[in-house]
Formats: sequence, C-alpha cells, structure tokens
Amino acid sequence: MVHWTAEEKQFITSVWSKVNVEECGAEALARLLIVYPWTQRFFSSFGNLSSPTAIVGNPKVRAHGKKVLTSFGEAIKNLDNIKSTYTKLSELHCEKLHVDPENFRLLGDILIIVLASHFARDFTPACQFAWQKLVSVVAHALARKYH
Amino acid sequence: MLTAEEKKLITQIWDKVKPRQEEFGVEALMRLFTAYPTTKTYFPHFDMSAGSDQIRGHGKKVAAALGNAVSNMNNLSQALSELSNLHAYNLRVDPSRFALQLLSQCFQVVLAVHLGKDYSPEVHSAFDKFLSAVAAVLAEKYR
Repeated sequence: MVHWTAEEKQFITSVWSKVNVEECGAEALARLLIVYPWTQRFFSSFGNLSSPTAIVGNPKVRAHGKKVLTSFGEAIKNLDNIKSTYTKLSELHCEKLHVDPENFRLLGDILIIVLASHFARDFTPACQFAWQKLVSVVAHALARKYH
Repeated sequence: MLTAEEKKLITQIWDKVKPRQEEFGVEALMRLFTAYPTTKTYFPHFDMSAGSDQIRGHGKKVAAALGNAVSNMNNLSQALSELSNLHAYNLRVDPSRFALQLLSQCFQVVLAVHLGKDYSPEVHSAFDKFLSAVAAVLAEKYR
C-alpha cells in the first residue's frame, strides 16, 4: 500500500477539484500523440491524426482523453487502494490492448506538463512531487497484472 | 533528427526564455530536487535550501549550457563535447533512468508554468525532442 502524507493528499485533491476532466484529458491525450507520435499505433481507428491540428481537433481523441482522465479520477478517489482499483484495467491493457507499460509513464509526464500550464505558479515544486508520485503509482498499478 | 520547423520553434521559444534563463534554470533544479529527491545524491556537497548560492550558480550554468545547445542545434555533439566528457568520465550520472530525463521533465514543467499557452503541443513536441537529443549527446561517451 502506498503511503500518502496529508500534505500530498491535499495537493492532489485540491488540484483535481479544479481540473476540467474533459478539457484536460483531451489535451493530455492529444499531446501524447503529438509529442510521442509512435503512440498513435494504438489508435489506428481514430481517423485523422496527420498533424497536431488534426489531432487536437479529432473528436475521438477528445472523447478518449476524457475517458482516460475520468478513470484517473478513480485513483484519486481511492488513493489508499490504487492497486485494486486498476486490476481489471491492467489486465485489459495487457491482454486486449497490448500496450507497453512504458506508455503509462509517458502519459503521466504529459499530464503533469498540462497541469503545470494550467495552474502555473500554483503548481509548486512540492505539488509537482505529489503528482509525479501519483502518476508513477498509477502507471505501476496499470502494469501490475501484465504477464 | 530535428527538422527545420522544430529548430525554428525551439529558437523562438528560447527567445522568450533568454531574458529569464537563469531564473528558469534555478527553478528547474529546485523542482528536480523536490520532485525527484534521489537526484540529490549527485550533489551531496550542496546547500539544498531554496535560494542557496550553489543552486543559483548551478541553475545558471545549466541554463547557459542549454542556451548554447539551442545556438548550436546543427552541431550538438561538437558544441557539447566538453560537457559530454564531463558527464561520462567525472559525473557519471546514471543514464538508464537518466537524471537528465528527469531534468528535461522539470525544465519543461517550468516552461509550461511560465509560458502557459505559448508552450503549445507543437513547441512541447519540438522541445522534448531537443532535450532528448541533448541528453543523448551527454550520454554518448558513457561506454
């Protein structure tokens, strides 16, 4: 079980309470596909991903980004039990989706940059620490059931 | 490696960074040590308190080196040759989960914090690629 200090929980929940999950999720996924174009390999059914503009405007990218970040919210609701929160999703990503877990780390780092650009100075170094820890724990939980 | 378009974006964004280059370098280091405490193991001799002379000095150095890299994107290997030797033979910062990758993340967080929307997906993409290239050059001579 991951140990969270009261301060870390506070940083996570207070930032999360101000996040527009739809916008933030869309932006994070779009940036993943733009900054690390090889990740597009998982989204061949998404249509036009031919340029940053196309990716940002792609409705499937937006919808999926929202879905992914909504799921991320489950971790935040269950900080003391992230491992079991993602058991099924971990199996799914391994057995059906065949996603290399390294991609979870990439998305986590991108999410941090999106949060930084929205929260600016409020995204202090201590706040960044809590969030880097969170994305790392989530990535680890998602990789846990791989075989 | 870096396309002409990417080099242009990098140069443009660095023009915005230049007047605050030292400040950004210092903040990136503070974020590195705070978000990734294991990186402090490379600086056991440093006073780690905020605003310490050593962190200011080192942040300034790092930012200047990045600025130099921006000015020499066509020839990173040569421009960073001395630093590459230093990292390979003296500093020997672990290259697998390279502290430099972590520094890249932190430097980009600083840019996102201060440049907001200007740190667009296109700029983000180009700059991430650029920092990867810099890290690769610095690790070139490791073995």
